[in-house]
This record gives sequence, C-alpha cells and structure tokens, in this order.
Amino acid sequence: MMKKTFHKLFLGAVGVTALSWSTVGATAESGAPLQLARNDVANTASLQRGARNYVNYCSGCHSAKYVRYSRLAEDLLLTEKQVTDNLMFSGERIHDTIKIAMRPEDASHWFGTTPPDLSLIARSRGTDYIYSFLKSFYLDPSRPTGTNNLILPGTSMPHVLWELQGLQRAVYDGQSDAEHNAVHKKFKEFELAKQGSLSPQEYDQFVRDTVNFLDYIAEPMQIERKNLGMRVLAFLIVFFLFAYFLKKEFWKDVK
Amino acid sequence: MTSEVEKVDGGRRHFLLVATAVTGIAGAAMTAVPFLASWKPSARAQALGAPVEQDISKLEPGAVVKVNWRGQAIFIVRRSPEMMKQLEDPALADKLRDPKSEQSEQPEYAKNDARSLKPEYLVLVGVCTHLGCAPLSRFQPADAELGADWPGGFYCPCHGSKFDLAGRVFKDVPAPTNLKVPPYRFVTDGVVQIGVDAEVA
Amino acid sequence: MSATMQQKGRMAQLVDWIDARFPMTRFMKEHASEYYAPKNFNFWYYFGSLALVVLVLQIVTGIFLTMNYKPSAADAFASVEYIMRDVEWGWLIRYMHSTGASAFFIVVYLHMFRGLMYGSYKNPRELVWIFGMLIYLCLMAEAFFGYLLPWGNMSYWGAQVIVSLFGAIPGIGEGLVEWIRGDYYISDITLNRFFALHVIALPLALVFLVIAHIFALHEVGSNNPDGIEIKKLKGPDGHPVDGIPFHPYYTVKDLVGFIVFAMLFSLVLFFAPEMGGYFLEHANFDPANPLQTPEHIAPVWYFTPFYAILRAVPNKLLGVVLMGIAVLAFVFLPWLDRSKVKSIRYRGWLFRGFLGAFAVSFIALGYLGLQPATPGYTLAARVFAVIYFAFFLLMPWYTRIDQTKPVPERVTFHTH
Repeated sequence: MMKKTFHKLFLGAVGVTALSWSTVGATAESGAPLQLARNDVANTASLQRGARNYVNYCSGCHSAKYVRYSRLAEDLLLTEKQVTDNLMFSGERIHDTIKIAMRPEDASHWFGTTPPDLSLIARSRGTDYIYSFLKSFYLDPSRPTGTNNLILPGTSMPHVLWELQGLQRAVYDGQSDAEHNAVHKKFKEFELAKQGSLSPQEYDQFVRDTVNFLDYIAEPMQIERKNLGMRVLAFLIVFFLFAYFLKKEFWKDVK
Repeated sequence: MTSEVEKVDGGRRHFLLVATAVTGIAGAAMTAVPFLASWKPSARAQALGAPVEQDISKLEPGAVVKVNWRGQAIFIVRRSPEMMKQLEDPALADKLRDPKSEQSEQPEYAKNDARSLKPEYLVLVGVCTHLGCAPLSRFQPADAELGADWPGGFYCPCHGSKFDLAGRVFKDVPAPTNLKVPPYRFVTDGVVQIGVDAEVA
Repeated sequence: MSATMQQKGRMAQLVDWIDARFPMTRFMKEHASEYYAPKNFNFWYYFGSLALVVLVLQIVTGIFLTMNYKPSAADAFASVEYIMRDVEWGWLIRYMHSTGASAFFIVVYLHMFRGLMYGSYKNPRELVWIFGMLIYLCLMAEAFFGYLLPWGNMSYWGAQVIVSLFGAIPGIGEGLVEWIRGDYYISDITLNRFFALHVIALPLALVFLVIAHIFALHEVGSNNPDGIEIKKLKGPDGHPVDGIPFHPYYTVKDLVGFIVFAMLFSLVLFFAPEMGGYFLEHANFDPANPLQTPEHIAPVWYFTPFYAILRAVPNKLLGVVLMGIAVLAFVFLPWLDRSKVKSIRYRGWLFRGFLGAFAVSFIALGYLGLQPATPGYTLAARVFAVIYFAFFLLMPWYTRIDQTKPVPERVTFHTH
C-alpha cells in the first residue's frame, strides 16, 4: 500500500511534464475534442473483460499480430485453459499471435480498406482517441455503413457495437438555419435514437475495458517497466550517497 | 602537502572507497543481466519449440514416422510383435554397451528395456549420439549391408554407429550412449505429443 | 598478510611485463593519474564525461539490438516489436537506445554551450573544437540514419523529407537523391544501406573522432570557467599550481555526475520512454506507409532548430544552404572570436548579450521546428534565425569592441 502510494506520488512528480505535453493538442484530426479514457492497466479484471470484448467484437476484422495468447494468460492472470476456452478460436495454439481469418483482399472488398492491426493502436493514436472514437458513432444515412463517426469522419468501420450502445443521432447547434446548415453547424451532443442492450454507464465501462486492453497490448511490459524503474532508482540513490561522500572526502585534499 | 595528507581520515576514506566500488560493481553486474538474458530463447523461439502432436493411429506395425521438433527429427516407431520379440532376446543385452540405459538420456518413464512409455511405440530423438548425424532405420534383421547377425535397429551412415530397436547402442561403435528419448506423452491412444512429459503415477 | 604481499609482488611483476611491451602505465598516467585538470571545474564540466558514457551505452545497446533487428522493409517494423515483446529484456535494451539517442544530444548540446561560454574553442584548443564539431556532425548523421531503422511511418517520411533536401542542389540534385536512396523512393534498399552506415561506418568514425578529441584536449590541457591557462603557473613539482590529477579527483566527481545523470535517464527510460511523443514519436508506431504521410510531420526534437531555419526560408535551395551554414558556422568560431579573454566571466555585456540571445533563439527555433508552419510561427522563426546568424556574423565586431575585465593570475576556487 505504502509502496503504491509512493509510486503514484513519484510518478505524479516526474510524469507531470511528459503528461502535460502529451495532452497538448488533445483533439482528433476532425477537431473534435477527445474524452479522457481514464483507463488503468493495473486493473487486471478490467483487462480480462477487455480481452473478452476484443475477441468478441474486434478480432473478427482486426488482428493483433504481435500479441501472443500465452502472454495474455501470463499477464492477465488466466490459466492457459481459460484462454484457450474463452479467447481463442478453434485451431489456434496457445503460443500463436492474435490473427484474423479474413483475407486482406476480402477486407478491401467489403470495407474498401484493410482494417488495421491493433497491436500498437493505443501508442499511435492514444487511448483517449480510441475511447472517444468508439463512443462517437452516429446515424448518417449518407454513409454506406449507415453510421458516421465524429472523431474520424468518413470512417469505413461500421458501428459494430450498436447493439450494445444503441444508435445515436448527432445534435447540432444552429440547425434551424437551414440555408447555412452545412457551414455553420457545430456539434452539440448525441441523443439516443435507439436503445441498446447496455445502459450508457455500462457502455462506457465496456469501451473503457476494451481501450484498457488495447493500452496493455500496445506495451505489455509497461507495469513491469515502472516497477523495475523504482528499484533502479532506489539503487541509484544508495550509490549516489556513497559516491557523493567519497567525492567530498577526496576533495578535502584540494585547497 | 604532507601535513595536509596526514589530516585525512584514512578509515573513512577507505570505507567510502570500498562501499562505492562494491555498489558500482554490483550495479554493473545487475546491468549486465538483461543483456546476457536477452540471449535466452525468445518467446518466438519458445513458440516454435512448443510441443508438437502427431497422429499415430494410422501407423502400421513396423513403420516409422518422423516429426520435426525443435529442429530435430523425432522417430516414432510402431514396433511389430516380431520386433518386440527381438528386444527380449537374452543374447542381445550382451552386445549392447548400456542395455539398462544407465548412462543414457531419457525420461524416467522410458528407462526400461523397451525404452518407451508403451512398449509398442518407440519415440526417439533421431540424432546420433556420436556426432549428430541422422541414423537410418534398418529394421529388417540380417540386413544385406549390416551382416547376418544384424538383429534390426538403427544404423548411422556417417561413422557406422549401430543401435537396436530400442535405440540402444551396440558395443564397438563410435557412439557412446543410447539414442535420446524426448519427453512425450499420449494425448489419446492415437495421438502422441512430443515436448511434454507424461504424467506417470 | 604475507600472501597479499606476495600477490602484490606478482601483480607488479605482471604490470612490469606488460609495460615493457605496451605503454599501459604511461598511458594511465598521461590520461588519468598525472593528467592535471584545473581544480575549478563547475557543473558544466560534467557533460564531457557524460557524452562518453552515452556513447558507450549506445554502442553496447546497439550491438545487442542488431542481434535481433532485421534491416529489411518487410521485417524491420516487426523485428522491433519482436525485440519489444518476445526477446527477454529486449524492451529495456531498446528503450535504453532510444532514450540514449535523445540523451546524447542533450548532453552534447550542453557540452557545446559550455565551450561557448568559457571560450574553449579559442587558441590553443581550435583542433579540440573542430574534432568536437566533426563528432557532432557524425552524431547528426548517426541519428538520422538510425531513425529510419524502426521503419515506422515517421521514420519513412522523415527520411523522405531529409533526403529530398539534397534535391535542392542545382544540376546534380535529382541524381544525388536517387544515388542516396539507391531507388526511386525510400525502399528496402535505402533501409539496408542506412543500416550499414548506422551500425558500422559512423560508429567507427565516431569512436576515432572521440579519441582524437580527447588526445587533442590532453595535449593542450583543459580550459576552465575562468579561461585561464593553468600551465602558465607551475609549482616547484613541475605541475600546475591550479591543477589536480584527473584521477582520483575528477573520476570520483564525474562518478557523482554520472549517477545523477543515470537517475534522470532512468526517470525517462522507465516512466516516460516516449517522453510525450518527443523521444519516440506517436506516428512511428504505425508501420511505414509510402501512401500516407503522417498528419503532422516534424523531425525529432534535436534537429528542429535547423529544421525551423530551413522552413523559414521561402527558397528551397537557400533554405538548405542556410541550414547547412547554421550547423557548420560553429567550426569557424575560433577565428571569428577576436576577444582577448576566453571566459564569459571576464567578457563584457556585448558578448553576454549576444550569447544569451543566441541560446534563446536556438531553443525558440527548436520549439518552432516542432510546430506547424503557420504564418505567425514562420515570422517568429525568421526573427530568431536572424539572431542566430548575427551571433556568428557579428562576432568579429562585438568581441573586439567588447569591454573585457582583467583576468586574474589564479583560478577562482572556494574550498568545498
């Protein structure tokens, strides 16, 4: 407990600069502001739920080709049997990486593009981006998929989670101004057009768990990395004390 | 200069010097660990070296199937009743260098006369214990090349090492020990898995 | 006790045996235990030894990375992820190398600024300075070639942009660009040759130049914050009165500096290896894609001051030329500076003002190079670029008329 508090304080102190930088320009390409994912990769239960979500809703189209199932078992505190039974498709082996059955040509044919591999998506786009993206699908009859996305306008990805979230409509300010509609409209909020099977809070949690899992697979060693860092720093402090007093001792000679 | 040096607290200086040196050496050693450990088989190597399964339900008596496990040929032989009879020949043991497999490498459950989990099925690493060549299967007794008293077994073409039908090495050949038996188990009666030890009660 | 005595005797015998065949002891004396360094080194004098530490770190981690990295367009990106995930401790070695790259420039920039402040480039240290500048040029090339190797999308487009700069050279530009790439675009062939340069050619050159830099330094002796030549005042023992043996005094002092550096380095390495996208850029976690430029393309931070100058100039050729001059101008400092004194401590407000303005403009240009080229930013970049060049161009003038203070006989030193 003590260690964890110290850890957090410490991280707070040192990470402040880096964090404040990374949140600079926290808007999507479209200019829409991002919502904070507030996920926690140390929450193993959330990662387990996220892994389940990923396998059920994402891995049909999106591979995670650098991620091994055996590593998931190890890091997510699951037995190999749990992983085999719940997260893997038949014919895959525990040491395999998360691949998809779909051929790239089929993907291009169906979606007009190949769905990207998601191993590193949390590092290239950021967790807030994915979190906001998954919450920002809205009805748009002009799109072939029937939905559009506020964060990535014109995305070819259909709203695969619509049965969970329901379908939402985008509400704009100044929509009454019919003549300048396209020019002046400014996004205000979403309103639910069709109820989903999850409540908004449950859907938030669902997305957060999924994003958390993506964050974890993007850098599976991140918790280990921080833990090791604390130990290295503790060692260096001891080393510093000896070396500092040694230096003082020797420099007594220098007048 | 000299008078100032005399004022130096030699004990303190010595202690700090030793403490710093020891800490520094320990730090250097700890830093070396990740670099040396990075040479261990990686997750991918381990994945590629994962246990392999082989269906043996269609294997004929007297036939051999070769499986690749960790870059080595694994021989799975289904011994016919005649071949098993050969192994029981009391004269055979005298011709062998290590009939009880005392000096040879095999899992505990294969340290028996048949050198196998089930007497009918022989599982061997197909790498000669002499210099690593691949032995040939010469199961027919009295082989034309190997002479009238050849009881059947494995023959290494590189330097002429001979092994019996349980992979045991004969006397007076270059190979020092019996062919290795890899860890294996039967997943079902018809499927053998190489690379995982059988659970023996 | 007698056993240790005897052992020492054997040790001494071994040393004698070697010394008769190889100048080991002489070498240790010349460069450590009897190399007399001024006793008044301050904070700024840590960065030389730290640069050496980072060089060793980069070489060692680099060697281990090459053991698993594959320099081909098809495999490079995946092999980096293989190192990050599948190789035991691979992530640590890779982060050490990526953090070390930025650390190298931080340390070297501070080391160079020290030289500017205390006039370390002035007679008799011109060659020390020039070797140092060559090291800096090699380092920039090393960083540039190395940046392509992860084969991320920023690697790809960064190389694309920088290589295209050579296209600005009239007449031969286009052919030169093709020759550098070995192809009609940045391809597998380009990656392969950049790899060779990054892991063999430039490290060899760097090591050679570092040795030359240190030899030249030890020939003339170190400068110090007072800019006083300590060799001019020797004691009865023949050693400079203001000098102390490098070993043990500066070895223990530099050890302390190293540990503090290691702490700061660890903070980044373990807690923010991406450093908010400045040390490892976000777009580089997407594999190289010749069909899609990252939405915001900027070089890694250590190149941005020069990149900002490049962008500030509306003409392509002139931009490239000015950028080149901005880097190379440092080489001429020993002859541009006409001041009688070396150290900023005894210089007047003119030099101090120009150096301060130069430092500010260097940092400002670095910042601007990271920002999108809006008209406002471009204007700012032009202003700072003018200040940057004024520092060099006007130096013969302002250093001559600058009011200097008399330099004392002995260095400034307060007992610790």
